[in-house]
Amino acid sequence: MRRLVAPTASTAAAIGVDGGRRRVLKLMAASAALAGSGCGQPPPEKIRPYVNMPEGMAPGDPVFYASTLLRQGCGVGVLVETESGRPIKIEGNPAHPASLGAADAQSQAAILTLWDPERSRTVMRGGQPSTWTTLLDSLATQMGQEAAARGGGLRLLSGPVSSPTLLAQIGEILARFPEARWHVHDPAGCDAAKHAALQLFGGPVQPLYRLEHAHTVLSLDAELFGPSADGLRNAHDFMNARRGEPRARMYALESTPGLCGAVADTRIALSPAGMEAVLDMIASQLGVSDAMAEQRPGPQAAWVSRLCTRLSAAHGASAVIPGHSLSSRAHLLAWRINTRLGNLGRTIHPIAQRLPPAPLADGTHDAAPAPEGLGALVQAMHDGDVQTLLMLDVNPVYDSPGALDFARGLSRVACSIHMGLYRDETAHASNWHIPMAHELEAWSDARSFDGTASLVQPVIAPLYGGLSAHEVLDMLAHMRTRSAHELVRAQWRNAWNMNDAEEFERRWEEALRRGVIEEAQADRLVPIDEKALKARLPEGPGPEPQLIAVFANDHNIVSCNQANNAWLQELPRPYTKITWDNAALIGPATAGRHGLRNGDVVSLTSADKPDGLLAPVWIVPGQAEGVVTLPLGYGRHQGGSVAQGRGFDAHVLQEVRNGMSLRSAAVQLRPTGQHHAFAATQHEMGLAGREPVRSVSLHARDGADAADAAPPSLYPPRQYGGPAWGMTVDLDACIGCNACAIACQAENNIPSVGPEEVARGREMHWMRIDVYHADSGGRAQFQPMACQHCENAPCEIVCPVGATMHDSEGLNVQVYNRCVGTRFCSNNCPYKVRRFNFFDYADHDPSAAARANPDVTVRQRGVMEKCTYCVQRISHARIEAQKQGRPLRDGDVVTACEATCPTQAIVFGDTADPRSRVSRAKASARNYTVLAELNTRPRTSYLARIHDKEAGLEEEDDG
Amino acid sequence: MPQLLERSEVLLVKLILLVPVALLVLTVAGMVWRTTSPVEPGVAVPQPIPFSHKHHVGDDGIDCRYCHTTVETSASAGMPTTGICLSCHSQLFRDAPALAPLHESMQSGKPIAWNRVYDLPDFVFFNHSIHVNKGVACVSCHGRVDRMPVLVRQQAPDMQWCLDCHRDPSGRVVPLDHITAMESFPALSDAQAEQLLQSLRLEDPRRLTDCSTCHR
Repeated sequence: MRRLVAPTASTAAAIGVDGGRRRVLKLMAASAALAGSGCGQPPPEKIRPYVNMPEGMAPGDPVFYASTLLRQGCGVGVLVETESGRPIKIEGNPAHPASLGAADAQSQAAILTLWDPERSRTVMRGGQPSTWTTLLDSLATQMGQEAAARGGGLRLLSGPVSSPTLLAQIGEILARFPEARWHVHDPAGCDAAKHAALQLFGGPVQPLYRLEHAHTVLSLDAELFGPSADGLRNAHDFMNARRGEPRARMYALESTPGLCGAVADTRIALSPAGMEAVLDMIASQLGVSDAMAEQRPGPQAAWVSRLCTRLSAAHGASAVIPGHSLSSRAHLLAWRINTRLGNLGRTIHPIAQRLPPAPLADGTHDAAPAPEGLGALVQAMHDGDVQTLLMLDVNPVYDSPGALDFARGLSRVACSIHMGLYRDETAHASNWHIPMAHELEAWSDARSFDGTASLVQPVIAPLYGGLSAHEVLDMLAHMRTRSAHELVRAQWRNAWNMNDAEEFERRWEEALRRGVIEEAQADRLVPIDEKALKARLPEGPGPEPQLIAVFANDHNIVSCNQANNAWLQELPRPYTKITWDNAALIGPATAGRHGLRNGDVVSLTSADKPDGLLAPVWIVPGQAEGVVTLPLGYGRHQGGSVAQGRGFDAHVLQEVRNGMSLRSAAVQLRPTGQHHAFAATQHEMGLAGREPVRSVSLHARDGADAADAAPPSLYPPRQYGGPAWGMTVDLDACIGCNACAIACQAENNIPSVGPEEVARGREMHWMRIDVYHADSGGRAQFQPMACQHCENAPCEIVCPVGATMHDSEGLNVQVYNRCVGTRFCSNNCPYKVRRFNFFDYADHDPSAAARANPDVTVRQRGVMEKCTYCVQRISHARIEAQKQGRPLRDGDVVTACEATCPTQAIVFGDTADPRSRVSRAKASARNYTVLAELNTRPRTSYLARIHDKEAGLEEEDDG
Repeated sequence: MPQLLERSEVLLVKLILLVPVALLVLTVAGMVWRTTSPVEPGVAVPQPIPFSHKHHVGDDGIDCRYCHTTVETSASAGMPTTGICLSCHSQLFRDAPALAPLHESMQSGKPIAWNRVYDLPDFVFFNHSIHVNKGVACVSCHGRVDRMPVLVRQQAPDMQWCLDCHRDPSGRVVPLDHITAMESFPALSDAQAEQLLQSLRLEDPRRLTDCSTCHR
């Protein structure tokens, strides 16, 4: 092509055609060459049948395996959908108590991490590739020395561990090396809460919430609804309590908008110290405070006393739940208040953390002492007491408080071994690095937040040759290499005390099939230490500094292993809608005081860290003034191209006191005059009088149908013979957790586009969660928004090629092979839910071909796309029903978003069937459609939020 | 009036004006080339083993479902595994040189890479099981494979061809016990045809011609 055009262009130049025309010709030649290079005939395809087909693995039929994903060491049950042996999607496991069929964004995005080609692949020694055998030899020598010293220099560092097999292995190591120590590093956890529990219970204890029994919940900066090991269950239970009679109430005191605040009846923005003062006031009103806190009269006193009355009225059915940002004293206060309110054993169950078994001389087992924290390890490293350090799936060089200076300590360790999914900061600072197998690649087991044990079942052989932690620990303890499969089976054969091989196999298969080994024991309640409960509280906080930094877990990227995950990076944060970045969150008044706008870079310094860090700010309505929230998990230097070089590392400012990593620090803020461009997906958060989100009062919720009557239409009414698909989204149940957005992305092969494209408004999510700030209290309203499948669809009438059509069941279908990319439909869509492929995004994703859902087209460049109501799932259900010769039943078709919603806010079904769940939901008085005045008659409708006036703490309803 | 351009210049202008036309022709030709399947109808595709449907189906009378095991249950008809081939060929024609790739596959555990004959575009989602369960006989798309020593595709599987049947399937369906038969089904009386259609419970042609039936 170039040869054809080039002579023409040069001849034109020779005869003096002006430069403009020459440029046109050049461009034409270049574009023709480009078009040619992008083209190709469809390649001749091969069919590769199995050599021997495994039973039930017909190509094209998905197989689901029950497995478990780990969240801060605790298990969350999942079902992994595999297609011809390739894992392609993760759904919740209905039989598992931490899931109940739902899966959060992080669990579902694990599939992308599994396939991530940037995961670590080789054993590394001092930055050079090495081999497993070299490591074994070296380890044998090292462990021989350690054995001689009874393990005096041996330290083991891991995240929180719930796996019975891993705990048993740690117990074996501690038994073989009596002087060795086990340390636990939990960057997403809360040291203050652990410290308070240790004081009260004398051992490591975790509170387990049973919110289905709760009537009045007070959340103080608590991340109740995740992302955490119990977030899905808490959301499910609380929403069930809300649907009950009387309607459960939630009060949220927050330093920065969290998911609890959005569902709260009253939400109040307070600094952590302010929250502690409120707890003091409640404690003294309930008479559980030792020093009568001086009653500070003020605007707070009135609502605190109302709150106190409500909490007392719900004796045994309330819960006071403090979050990460609060001090250990505040956590102690909360335990006291909950004890006085009779909540222990009802809504809050203190359950003991499992510890490694320590064999006794008489052959029985005792529990080993609780693991020590990171502070003790760093102290020992600085003292030169650590010769061998094994770090299992942790990245302390990055995510430990800057005050600890872990990296300097690590440099004094003679033999440091890091095991992890990525060659991260710690891997680079260690002598050895071992690639770890992903949770979906290796056998293991875990216990959920409530103690339910389940198996971690691999669904694919290690893609990059990773090893399991069990195998490495077995090597350490016994100098032998047994497979993780053998180790886990041996553990459970012991636990079940089973000698009958057949009976064991039967039980093992059953555990694998269900995804749950044994239910949690009901009453493992730990008694509270009465003396500690009545002991004097430590001194209250001193005078509050002018500006306090709160270190918060990021909404999306909670652990280091998730940082290289493009789905989680591109998922907009619930409130700020920022993608690919973290921002220093500040309130409007604080911003005004410093003259800051969104994206202005400030320098944050503390007394200990005069260098501080540079961070761009983002102004959040509803943020407590005087508080700057710094999300953790960003500012990575290693760990993959997706993770690196984004945002700032707030760990730098984090301080340590009494071995506890503090979640807040006094800081100074200074504008630098620099500016950072964020990639945010929603810029307008006001309602602008359009009422996309509506509220009804509690008493109106059961009233007559208040839905607007549809205005007349010029178009003839459509006739449908079969099912008429429709959806409702209950905005009162939606917590804005984003799980549906990732479910949609995984199910429908939606690409990630990167921050530059997002900044241009080219994000591809079919399901976006809009957030609106209706009231001044900063209580937000979430609204999942995808294609509304309008009856009178504005997109259909403007498409020049008939690429968007109505089908006979009322779906507004997008026909990719007809679309020529005019984008008229997107311009005419009042809901702005259509997405355009500006590039061949799938071509840039190395794992897309392996991971893609084979039932959904991978869209090419120049094609419009949007929510299809999961038409592939409808097709599948229809074909299955037809083969069985029966009509489609309600519940046969479950869309990806509906399946994963922890609060069952989304209901999909046949609106032509008056008995279907969706028809019943649409009959509610709360049912309405968005932008009804346009007469688009959407198939997706929303159920208005319920405003429970009596539940509020505001002044007017006091009398 | 004097000529504006000399003769040689006129030629140049004409040539330049021809460029867009040439580009257009090239683009159209490129698009046609790009969207054409590499396998032409009626042309035999070379295979690693010269498998003869004529021998297996016509001479031996093996049912389609013996090898294409999932045709009634799955979207994919299923290609025979090496194990299925060897269920006979571990005894018959064991030493035939043509079957060497088969034994090699079993020994190495690597699948035989057959060349695709029927290749639908990636945006088309064809489900074998629903067609077979609704009375569409194998022969109606794949032709008389019992007469094909080497499998050839009968016609281009284009959308028009699919739609011919989806618009009016009534005359083309056969009773379910005749699905894999090769001979054409004897003509039915009106009453019999009516009964057959009732038993098959076919979807409304409107549903069958919806975009979403085949495209997702």
